[in-house]
Amino acid sequence: MTTTVDEEVTPDTSGTAPKPTKRQRQAAGIADAASGGIMVLLVKLLALGIVDAIALFALFILVTADQWLIAAIVAVVAVAVNWIYFSRRKLPAKYLTPGIIFLVVFQVFTLVYTGYIAFTNYGTGHNGTKEQAVSSLMASSLQRVEDSPTYPVTVVDQFGTLGLLVTDPDGDALIGTNEQPLQQVDAEFDGGKAVAVDGWTTLQFGEVLARTDEITDLAVPVSDDPNEGALRTPDGSSAYQYTSTVEYDEAAGTMTDVTTGTVYTDIGTGAFTSADGEELLPGWQITVGFDNFVRAVTDARLLQPLVYVTLWTFAFALISVGSTFFLGLFLAIVFNDMRMRGRKYYRVAMILPYAIPSFLSALIWAGMMNESFGFINQVIFGGASIPWLTDPWMAKVSVLIVNLWLGFPYMFLVCMGALQSIPDDIQEAATVDGAKPWAIFRLIKLPLLLVTVAPLLIASFAFNFNNFNVIYMLTDGGPRDANAPIPVGFTDILITMVYKVAFTGQTRDYGLASAYSIIIFIVIAVISIIAFRRTKTLEELN
Amino acid sequence: MAKKGTKEHYSWVEADRASGEIMATALDAEAERAAHPRGVRSKRPFNFARWFRATGWRHIVGIVMVVFALFPIVFVVSSSLNPQGTLTGSNALFSKIGLDSYVRILTDPQVPFPQWFGNTILIASVTAVATVFLGALAAYSFSRMRFAGRRVGLVTIVVVQMFPQMLAVVAIFLLMSAISDWFPAIGLNTHIGLIMVYLGGALGVNTFLMYGFFNTIPASIDEAAKIDGAGHARIFFTIILRLAAPILAVVALISFIFTVNEFAVASVILIDTDKQTLAVGLTKLVSNPRYADWSAFSAGAVMAALPVVALFLWLQKYIVGGLTAGAVK
Repeated sequence: MTTTVDEEVTPDTSGTAPKPTKRQRQAAGIADAASGGIMVLLVKLLALGIVDAIALFALFILVTADQWLIAAIVAVVAVAVNWIYFSRRKLPAKYLTPGIIFLVVFQVFTLVYTGYIAFTNYGTGHNGTKEQAVSSLMASSLQRVEDSPTYPVTVVDQFGTLGLLVTDPDGDALIGTNEQPLQQVDAEFDGGKAVAVDGWTTLQFGEVLARTDEITDLAVPVSDDPNEGALRTPDGSSAYQYTSTVEYDEAAGTMTDVTTGTVYTDIGTGAFTSADGEELLPGWQITVGFDNFVRAVTDARLLQPLVYVTLWTFAFALISVGSTFFLGLFLAIVFNDMRMRGRKYYRVAMILPYAIPSFLSALIWAGMMNESFGFINQVIFGGASIPWLTDPWMAKVSVLIVNLWLGFPYMFLVCMGALQSIPDDIQEAATVDGAKPWAIFRLIKLPLLLVTVAPLLIASFAFNFNNFNVIYMLTDGGPRDANAPIPVGFTDILITMVYKVAFTGQTRDYGLASAYSIIIFIVIAVISIIAFRRTKTLEELN
Repeated sequence: MAKKGTKEHYSWVEADRASGEIMATALDAEAERAAHPRGVRSKRPFNFARWFRATGWRHIVGIVMVVFALFPIVFVVSSSLNPQGTLTGSNALFSKIGLDSYVRILTDPQVPFPQWFGNTILIASVTAVATVFLGALAAYSFSRMRFAGRRVGLVTIVVVQMFPQMLAVVAIFLLMSAISDWFPAIGLNTHIGLIMVYLGGALGVNTFLMYGFFNTIPASIDEAAKIDGAGHARIFFTIILRLAAPILAVVALISFIFTVNEFAVASVILIDTDKQTLAVGLTKLVSNPRYADWSAFSAGAVMAALPVVALFLWLQKYIVGGLTAGAVK
């Protein structure tokens, strides 16, 4: 958002007051500055100092990690923040900047980034760059070279990254880490073995013991050419040379398994693939165009879940809104009678379901609906075994019952408020005109009520469309659909399907999950466009 | 607007209750008269059918609804007091009373319940306070200043908020894991990281509630203060924020409850068991098929729900007003 005009104007005067002249603005600025005490200034300086210190620290880390683009963004944002808060002007920006930074990073950017991921093969086995995949493949197939010399090593640490300080047979000191191949350094020697080097901390015996797992996982490449192998140390004091059973040919872009002679080629699918279609994993991340979307709608085993999940999402949201609204409205009408005693107590008891955190309610209901041990089957139905959560259709009914339980108090409160805000004289006038109670309700009260409640119904629909907790805690989307290659079940709604595809299966498929997110995104966009138009027309009715 | 709505709504309820009370005393008298039909005062005998048609059936509806609303709550309280662990053992309501399961869930070394509780309170409180602060800052500028892009800004906030953060849970996870490569202190598996993610949603519906409320505070108050020499910051901190305290409380509470309830994002960001929140921890606990201690879970659920329910009931008038503000005017 850009802010170009920065006068501080009160709403009432904005239409009529003439634009302040430059002198007036200067005067206002001086008055403003004079009114702020020294404490305010100190607090401001302190806060900006902290922000700048964090930004500088971040810049330092990012530059050392060669992340120039992100470093540049951080620098620009930091400069902008300083400029905004030291400037006499830019008043609205002073108030908007903190919120906008979070909004942009964690809401706008993540939504855009979701769109990008939907076009990649990101997921288990396709997590990083091609270089990372190559080195990981090489590292995972390392074998000790039979007659390799023994290298005396010292384990060293720099900011938590472990490295090996190696003394080679010629007596030179070399240092390297998992990512950084060995390079020569000047080191302190003790009895022909390099023991310390500037900038690195030498690990003591106790620390070596404590970090054994990390140390035995270290594989320091001998040189930039991954085919030359790596040094590994089983004990933290001597290392041996290991080479990989696969050979990487960078020019041809192929991996060759030297034990079997199979050649794996990069055929553009994000993994080295042999002639008969066998993939070497891990692969790497590539953009795959519309593949995820095409896969979602052309693969019959994926299309079927997508169709029933989408239909159920709409059905679930619509029925939930409808059932909670009608029950809430009915109760509001019932309890909106002044002659009735004890309405306050009924009211408190009935809003309790709304006050309890919904994840807890759903978990409790899941326990009560347990087929063999649950309260509902054992006590209420006297030992029946109704498959509340395990039959595809019963599970849907159960989800709706539980969501009705969770949602009716809200609608009850809303309808109660709306009914009471309808003036009594309307009803009196209608009665005088001879209208029957039902006609008064249907023709007068209900339309008036709907005008006020319609935006909340739409909001409620949008909420239930993504009502993750009820589905996930109650049925976990189950019963599981055994035919689908992704973890999806018959009560899953779109948002739980996204979550499960991305995080709970045997393999994580971020690309496909993001593609599903985009589908939800589009649905919500369409609904909100319709909703915004519709509510406007509804308001004009009033 | 919101304040007005709340007040009006409230006064309606008040008036209603008062007249309800009058009617109630009248009914009492009527019942008494029914008991002494030959009394001099008796004009109209108590007619059950008439009473039932007027209000009696409403009580039946009320009782049915109260049973429906309360039986899961009664069940969980009962099973939390049951010293036995199993789900089956919890079916006989209030057959045994004891606090054993509370002790079990609080002391089980495998289940860091007290830590989950602390994490949840910490994360939800910080998020609530920061949300209120960021939202109030933005609402103040939208309400009191006119600048290019103001309308666009307001519309953007509404539109962006139609898309819940949960939709981008994959991207949030990948973003946070990228951040942890360089800044492990604010990346995955940290509370600060999770709070930052939640603050991405700070400008939104909440800002709108506050914006509406700020608009109802007369601008003449600002002007008077300005004439007395107060700067914009002083007006904001010492005048607007004080006058808007009720709506700030509502927004803080809504944000608090939302954060306590949030599972999807919290579950992918908080990895270590002892860093997790109640929602993540308790859900993973009962979904583990080897965990059979239903009473201990119930005890945990009761303890987890209590602060939220207490806050909710305490501030319910304001919450209901806040939730329906903008719609019920």
